Amino acid sequence: MPTVEMTYREALRACIIEEMDANESVFVMGEDIGRYQGTFRVTQGLFDKYGPKRIIDTPIVEPGFTGIAIGAAMTGLRPIVEMMTMSFSILALDQIINHAAKIHYMTGGQAKVPLVVRGPGGAANQLSAQHSHSMEGWYAHTPGLKVVAPATAEDAYGMLRTAIHDDNPVIFTENPGLYSVKGSIELDNGYAVPFGKARVAKEGSDISLIAYSRMVHVCEKAAEELETLGISAEVIDVRSLLPLDTETIFASVAKTHRAVVVYEDWKSGSFGAEIAARIGEECFDELDAPIGRVGGLNVPMPYSRVLELECIPNENDVIAAVQKLA
Amino acid sequence: MASPAKMKPNQESPANLELFYRQMVQIRAFETRCNTAYRTGKAGGYLHVYIGMEATAVGWLNSLRLGWDYVITAYRDHAQPLIMGSDPVKIMAEIMGRKDGYSQGKGGSMHLYDIKRGFFGGWGIVGGHTPLGAGLAFGSKYKGEDRVTLNFLGDGAANAGVFFETLNMAALWDLPCIFIIENNEFAMGTRLEYHAADTELAKRGYPFGIKHERLDGMDVLQVRQDAQRIIDWVRVNQKPYVVEIMNYRFAGHGAADNDRQLYRTKEEEDEAQKRDPIARMENFLRGNNLMTEEKMEAIRDEYDVWADDVMEKADASPHPDPSEVYDNVYTDMMPEAGH
Repeated sequence: MPTVEMTYREALRACIIEEMDANESVFVMGEDIGRYQGTFRVTQGLFDKYGPKRIIDTPIVEPGFTGIAIGAAMTGLRPIVEMMTMSFSILALDQIINHAAKIHYMTGGQAKVPLVVRGPGGAANQLSAQHSHSMEGWYAHTPGLKVVAPATAEDAYGMLRTAIHDDNPVIFTENPGLYSVKGSIELDNGYAVPFGKARVAKEGSDISLIAYSRMVHVCEKAAEELETLGISAEVIDVRSLLPLDTETIFASVAKTHRAVVVYEDWKSGSFGAEIAARIGEECFDELDAPIGRVGGLNVPMPYSRVLELECIPNENDVIAAVQKLA
Repeated sequence: MASPAKMKPNQESPANLELFYRQMVQIRAFETRCNTAYRTGKAGGYLHVYIGMEATAVGWLNSLRLGWDYVITAYRDHAQPLIMGSDPVKIMAEIMGRKDGYSQGKGGSMHLYDIKRGFFGGWGIVGGHTPLGAGLAFGSKYKGEDRVTLNFLGDGAANAGVFFETLNMAALWDLPCIFIIENNEFAMGTRLEYHAADTELAKRGYPFGIKHERLDGMDVLQVRQDAQRIIDWVRVNQKPYVVEIMNYRFAGHGAADNDRQLYRTKEEEDEAQKRDPIARMENFLRGNNLMTEEKMEAIRDEYDVWADDVMEKADASPHPDPSEVYDNVYTDMMPEAGH
């Protein structure tokens, strides 16, 4: 099977194509995904390839088209809904949280909702307050949903396949800063990454940096720099928030005895706080220092690039948090 | 308020006439027991009965291909599965939160489902299920099937933003979905003219180029004729339709609504009672010598006994075991356990 160098964006597209070719029930709907080729070009070329029946340009109405996708999923179709950004999925929270997530439960198992809601979450470049949300914590709070946030092109490719095959609603959050990240993808071989398995992105012995999505790359850079300071950091790519692989996280903490959780979402009340709480509950005896947290500043995302960069965690923030625990 | 439509000449077989009468009586007897269950603490939460609106469900659902077509509605959802052939004991057991209910006690009165028979619930957020119903129609159309989806909603839901969004897409994509606005004149306790700028709700279809009609919902024979005509049209043309059905909720909004005089007068209720679909059908059967008074009484008695029996059997069902609380959150995994 060919292994191809491609970007995160192309890897997502390659997976969608393979799945659409394999299963007529898979279709994509969203705003400007067809004729316009997708705001972030994930769906580029798909409209020409599959036509309007399976690549569906919607009106700009997230609650309505998400609800239609949920209904279609209940009839056995496997919709992939693209949110132009996860910030817009806020409009569809009623459909996602108060409908999709509860259907299997409320029906006593009679109905299934094999739905994927995917799109970029988090800050891009000066998109300011209304377009920069990290929504994964809102969704990972909700029983009935699965929530993943791959950091690499390989995981984007392999986890999207798992998401499409899943019989439960899956929130698949990308990040605008990841679309051009490159990876080696083994095409046409059914490569899939199971949910609920964290990845050790870099091994280390002194401290565990626990992150997902783009912050994994920030942690990797911080780890390189920490190496020069004589600190060996292990980087855990959580990649699946719900289900959460606490086993891998706890094993890392048991090894390093120190942990910093790093996430782009607002620092307070986020999923990163949940990870920290779990470590506190289960690994207290293993810890040689308090659990550190590096999160986004608790402010609406400002427009100014200077202020925006102030809000988003970077390598220096991670290094500072590590040094505080040393 | 809608004026009662004129009675059309009967086009139904004697068997159908008896069936419709029986089903309306059956619904009322069942719903009366639901109120009893609520009052005696055997049903909890929110519970909404269909008393006064029976002709709408009976007329429409008897015009479907049961087992093939799809039906979805809001939280006033006991009558539809009864007519669609669901097990009444399982419905009542669900309303009582028992293990033998359709959702093993996870859904309750507002969340009844019998997916095998095409009944997709049973939803609690006003207007929230309307895109789901369009999605059912999307699914059948995508697969090239000729199913029709009946998407019931109330007059209150006709103001919801997501309903307008749904109508737009239903028209844009030619979805075979009939939006049936059951206008019982009250959004909970708020009268139609206090909640809708234009009280002719059928006109919701107009801006989207969807065929639409305001129809009577109290004369089951009229409902049945209209329903068959519209369902047949939608099945053949594979396009949406908006129907506003004028009916009336004799009961309160929910079982907990115990002061209807807050939003309507006793005189108004007495006036509405003159349109009672069951009494109206009895008049028709009597006036045309189609059924004797004795037979009608026997049918009413039969369903009284039946409803008591359903309630007793449902009440015999055990409560779910606490260990079942995690079942069916996901199809393939358990959520994080513990408090």
